[in-house]
Amino acid sequence: MNEVLEALLAGLAADQLKVVDLTHTLSPSFPQLSLPPEMGQALPYRSEEISRYDSRGPAWYWNNFTLCEHTGTHFDAPIHWVSGRELPNNSVDTIPPERMIAPACVIDCAADAERDADFLLTRERLEQWEAAHGEIPAGAWVLMHTGWARRVNDPVAFQNYDDTGQHTPGPDVACVRFMVDERNVLGFGTETIGTDSGQAQRLNPPYPCHYYMHGAGKYGLQCLNNLDQLPPTGAVLFAAPLKLEEGSGSPLRVLALIPA
Amino acid sequence: MRAKPPLKNPILRTRQALTPPMPRSRVALELTARAAEGRFALQRCESCGQVQYPPADCCRACLSEELLWAPMSGRGELLAHTTLHHSNDPFYRERLPWKLGLIRLEEGPVAVAHLHQDCAPPPASVRVTAKLDKAGRGVLVALPAGESQSMQTDPRHNEFSCDPQFRKVLVTDGKSRVGQALVHALAEAGAAVIWAGQAEPWKRYAGQDAVEKLGAVTVVPLDLTDERGVNRIGAELGGRVDILINNAELHRTEGIASRGGAELARREMEVNYLGLLRLAQAFGPAMRARGADGGSSATAWVNLLSVYALSNYPPQGTYSASKAAALSLSQCLRAEMQGAGIRVMNVFPGPIDEEWNQPLPPPKLAPERLARDIVNGLRDGIEDLYPGDVAREWVERWRQNPKVLERELAMESAAG
Repeated sequence: MNEVLEALLAGLAADQLKVVDLTHTLSPSFPQLSLPPEMGQALPYRSEEISRYDSRGPAWYWNNFTLCEHTGTHFDAPIHWVSGRELPNNSVDTIPPERMIAPACVIDCAADAERDADFLLTRERLEQWEAAHGEIPAGAWVLMHTGWARRVNDPVAFQNYDDTGQHTPGPDVACVRFMVDERNVLGFGTETIGTDSGQAQRLNPPYPCHYYMHGAGKYGLQCLNNLDQLPPTGAVLFAAPLKLEEGSGSPLRVLALIPA
Repeated sequence: MRAKPPLKNPILRTRQALTPPMPRSRVALELTARAAEGRFALQRCESCGQVQYPPADCCRACLSEELLWAPMSGRGELLAHTTLHHSNDPFYRERLPWKLGLIRLEEGPVAVAHLHQDCAPPPASVRVTAKLDKAGRGVLVALPAGESQSMQTDPRHNEFSCDPQFRKVLVTDGKSRVGQALVHALAEAGAAVIWAGQAEPWKRYAGQDAVEKLGAVTVVPLDLTDERGVNRIGAELGGRVDILINNAELHRTEGIASRGGAELARREMEVNYLGLLRLAQAFGPAMRARGADGGSSATAWVNLLSVYALSNYPPQGTYSASKAAALSLSQCLRAEMQGAGIRVMNVFPGPIDEEWNQPLPPPKLAPERLARDIVNGLRDGIEDLYPGDVAREWVERWRQNPKVLERELAMESAAG
């Protein structure tokens, strides 16, 4: 066997490497993206029994499930946004598979988000992070750790709506431009329902992370779990969306390999 | 006021629901069809003017077949009465003694009717109504003249009614304006327990505080698109619900051409049609088992449909189609619940004064009025309810000629 792969397996076997599951369980009550009701809506996860060792199938249990491409822990492809609609290889079925394994930089914003649900990650904050941990490498995921995943069993707190809309953290416009134009990242990942903040429809452009990331062929990861277990640098992400024809995104299992 | 039913001894066997004998001739079902809406009508001969009872295929006086169903005033005179102390029918055996009366109706015919215990001995004035019995058949019931609520004071006659007082009621959507109005109306009507379903529990709604303050109300998570969730709540509550009011609906205002794709239409079907199916599978069996569960048995199932279920209203075309599907399924549910004596009441409102009818001009049915009509419909044991002027006008036009109504609605839509 190839010595690199052998070393990887040996590292896993000897507990030198640890696998962290960054995925939430898909369930019917998992918090779902919500748009004004006159618009088309993303379907939440639903599961219906085909049979359960009964007259509908005597010795087997299985279900049909339905959900949106953007339900649960999921991946956003560039074609998801109008700015990325003309790019080559912009849908989940055409994304080069080598991009599905990549390093991750984790920015700890948990205390900020605790203080201010509308916290916006800035370029300055990323530069501070780089001063401590080194420059964000090209082709890396940038993951915003906000502690939001802890709220997942409290849908009111996870959605965090009031009469002015949703209040969840995300990046500001200059921060997105910095990651895209100056660092050439692979994509941006969050613990919340969107890669953009809850109030991002009021930014210019609206939803800047969707607009610029996807416009530049970058990806998004949302509803991530267990980011608190990742080191600031040194984690490798396995994030392979389902191969859906012309898919704009996909629920997926996101795994991180970290030093034990 | 009816008396609060005594608590049931929980270790005694729950009796199986029985129904009175069911078969009826086709012509007699005409009486049932009118009783289902709370109307009392009998055949009047167009040739000789004779009003007759029981219904028959021709006039007993002149043999003419020109018979029309004419509304009756309900005024009558009790000529004779008797009390049954024996019956070979299991349903009546459980309910003896049972009073019957012979009544001359103001319009002429003499009829046998179930007699309320408060009726004075003959000769006495009585008020005759056509009611559905436990089997869903139209029967005549005589009440003391001049009293409106007296039905409730005769325990045997409670069974002609599905009064929510002292009963445990599930309202599948307690969040919509209609749902909130229903919850308030049921609380006012004396329901013992009200479960108010709420899809998307993370969205609090205006009015939720007031709903939660009502002592009898518990808000429960319920989304009819979620099979597992519906089954879970069915397992928790199914054995307790006496009246299920399915008012959850997805209402949008699109035709075919106004909206691309089937995404919205599918969501409408998921709630309005498949939601009913899921509920019926999750709650139907337990409710059927409790059709004769002591003084507070399972008694009614209400579906909030729409007059658009009868004929498609093109500006709300996919919504109409989903309601038509629900209407068809409700007929299956009614047939399946009939053996347990559980009434399935379909409600066919015209446009309701709610969010999605915002651009429609009046008249629109106020949610509070609709809720009141539903509670009254339950008390009266009605099976088909057309609340409000628009609904009544629609159903009248539909009965006259469904094709004409279809064309009129198409023209209205083209003009609008």
